[in-house]
Amino acid sequence: MNNRQSQDPRRAQARKPKPARPFHGCRRATAAARSVGRGVANPFLRKWVQSRREDAAGGLERRRPGGWGDRIMEAEQSFSDICGGRLALQCRYYSPSCREFCVSCPRLSLRSLTAVTCTVWLAAYGLFTLCENSMILSAAIFITLLGLLGYLHFVKIDQETLLIIDSLGIQMTSSYASGKESTTFIEMGKVKDLVINEAIYMQKVIYYLCILLKDPVEPHGISQVVPVFQSAKPRLDCLIEVYRSCQEILAHQKATSASP
Amino acid sequence: MVLKAFFPTCCASADSGLLVGRWVPEQSSAVVLAVVHFPFIPIQVKELLAQVQQASRVGVAVLGTWCHRRQESEESLGHFLEGLGAIFSHEPWLQLCRERGSKFWSCKATHRQVPASLGAPGQDQVMLIFYDQRKVLLSQLHPPAALPDHQAGDATASAGGLAAVFDTVARSEVLFRSDQFDEGPVRLSHWQSEGVEASILVELAKQASGPICLLLACLLSLISAASTSRKANMLVSVFLDVALGLALLSWLHGKDRIGQLADALVPVADHVAEELQHLLQWLMGAPAGLKMNRALDQVLGRFFLYHIHLWISYIHLMSPFIERILWHLGLSACLGLTVALSILSDIIALLTFHIYCFYVYGARLYCMKICGLSSLWRLFRGKKWNVLRQRVDSCSYDLDQLFIGTLLFTILVFLLPTTALYYLVFTLLRLLVVTVQGLIHLLVDLVNSLPLYSLGLRLCRPYRLAAGVKFRVLEHEAGRPLRLLMQINPLPYSRVVHTYRLPSCGCHPKHSWGSLCRKLFFGELIYPWRQRGDKQD
Repeated sequence: MNNRQSQDPRRAQARKPKPARPFHGCRRATAAARSVGRGVANPFLRKWVQSRREDAAGGLERRRPGGWGDRIMEAEQSFSDICGGRLALQCRYYSPSCREFCVSCPRLSLRSLTAVTCTVWLAAYGLFTLCENSMILSAAIFITLLGLLGYLHFVKIDQETLLIIDSLGIQMTSSYASGKESTTFIEMGKVKDLVINEAIYMQKVIYYLCILLKDPVEPHGISQVVPVFQSAKPRLDCLIEVYRSCQEILAHQKATSASP
Repeated sequence: MVLKAFFPTCCASADSGLLVGRWVPEQSSAVVLAVVHFPFIPIQVKELLAQVQQASRVGVAVLGTWCHRRQESEESLGHFLEGLGAIFSHEPWLQLCRERGSKFWSCKATHRQVPASLGAPGQDQVMLIFYDQRKVLLSQLHPPAALPDHQAGDATASAGGLAAVFDTVARSEVLFRSDQFDEGPVRLSHWQSEGVEASILVELAKQASGPICLLLACLLSLISAASTSRKANMLVSVFLDVALGLALLSWLHGKDRIGQLADALVPVADHVAEELQHLLQWLMGAPAGLKMNRALDQVLGRFFLYHIHLWISYIHLMSPFIERILWHLGLSACLGLTVALSILSDIIALLTFHIYCFYVYGARLYCMKICGLSSLWRLFRGKKWNVLRQRVDSCSYDLDQLFIGTLLFTILVFLLPTTALYYLVFTLLRLLVVTVQGLIHLLVDLVNSLPLYSLGLRLCRPYRLAAGVKFRVLEHEAGRPLRLLMQINPLPYSRVVHTYRLPSCGCHPKHSWGSLCRKLFFGELIYPWRQRGDKQD
């Protein structure tokens, strides 16, 4: 534990200056690391953290700590979204050519659910005292139930996943609270690049990660911009992690596709 | 590039043999279609592949070997399989191997002609992608909504990527005709090998359904020359229409509902006429506190009242025949619900004919007034409308012309509120009737153009309509090749409706809101069902 806590001030210094956030990034090793043994895991983990920090964008020769590159790497980090809510980013490295990033949004809070239900029922009761029709109360219950089901199935996104597979494509999955999953797959031949873009959103200027698609007609044009993690809206530090990782694969892909 | 091997899930449990499929060099992917089992004669295998290639125009070839080690002592099989690489030469040569009871596979792809100076000893990294052959065979890939200007040229270009996999499997149906259980010279394993049912009844039903399906297909082909999905959608829509119509018919003709309807019709028409009379009395007084020009008001009011009186007499004249007419019209519901709804719309139009007449009178009067006012307003300013040049020109008027013009202008201006109010009231009534008719037309359009067959297909067999694919990473062990499962991503319902929607009769009003408001302001008559390009009067 001591080693982990000593990492935090170094990491905080190495990061770009950002507005103070309530949550610092904390890393936990997964079962794969725990199986190696507590004493050994920490120096490996520290080296891994260092190598990721020092890594420039792109680069085929990525220095991996010895013996770590053959295992499936999994790491979970805590970030915050643009409104200050808590997000968790889980990175899974299946193989040198396949990586998955999973951003989990905060769950539906009991407080907001109770507030909405109480408002609807109070309004229905008010109407009932005016109209003396008991159908209004049953209708209010019905509406609340349907509204909640509809919200969980169509609106509330629990998790957003980005799966990038070298020479195959990029897949984005949104999992809703009711278990529904909506997937989009973009073939690698259509992907021009993955960039972090700035945008004006309501009264803020935010960063978002997006995939640029090639224009079939114009070789240097862009036909479409597909934003990623649209409902989670993580902040720049989370986006940079994902961006660096993806750029390694994209650079490798470009290098191999350029040489026939 | 990483070599991608598309392997059908049905062959994962097949015995050892040769891999047969298509190699796509641009994406460095090998699409495995079937496994050829031992014993086989290489010449016959090559003949079969040549036949398949000729029939399906797909470049089918032997891609490599498949080794399924069921016992521990099958080392010799491995050597034998390696020797086959010399008989069927293919670049690169794929070697897939699976241990008994193990989930993890080993894959090797060797290039014989690549010089060793590239560093790697002629081996590639291999990625295994499993796919369900039957679903990929039956599914139809719908590319994402293309930009409108790149449609024609990109039809061939989109055969890249995963569309090539779907295309390969769909066109290789010839290969799937013979099976490992058939008596042919070559024994193949593919998705058909999974299909043998255990129950003889099910097998018999499958054999019997063949001719029935052929019959249905013949019937469908007789109907129209459109594509299969269009035909099927139209057929299902017509069936639903007729079914709903028959249901309506049975409901109407039971319990003497037609009689009740006919008895209620005349009082309703009377009631509407009475309400109109009250409205006109109200307009002839001081409507909403506005002061009208008494003389004009009385003239218009009496004129419209007489018209309503004529209408009521006409309805009373018709009343003995209404029940019989309704009964016969009700029979038309057996042709379909849409026919019944269209007749209902026409009946509404007939019953509200007097409102249409009032609207026309009011609009014409108002239009004349507006024309007069605009022309005299130009006179005020010393201008004139040049019909030849279609523009406003200046003009010097004589004094008496100016005097009469000003007089007429004043009269028209003071009579304007009365005419405008009558026009407003009757236009609103007319728009109400048009809205009701429009709703009925929308319903008819909906029943006609909704692609129910495609929606049903999307509900029951979602893999038939594919928007794309999705991948799932299967259990992975370090050092082993990456294994992915490719599943079909079904088309969302909104896109199904959008893509397969049947062409509607196209009788939507072609006015935009702006032109509609303009016409209302200037008193021009509105014809909601007239198409653009029809003869204007």
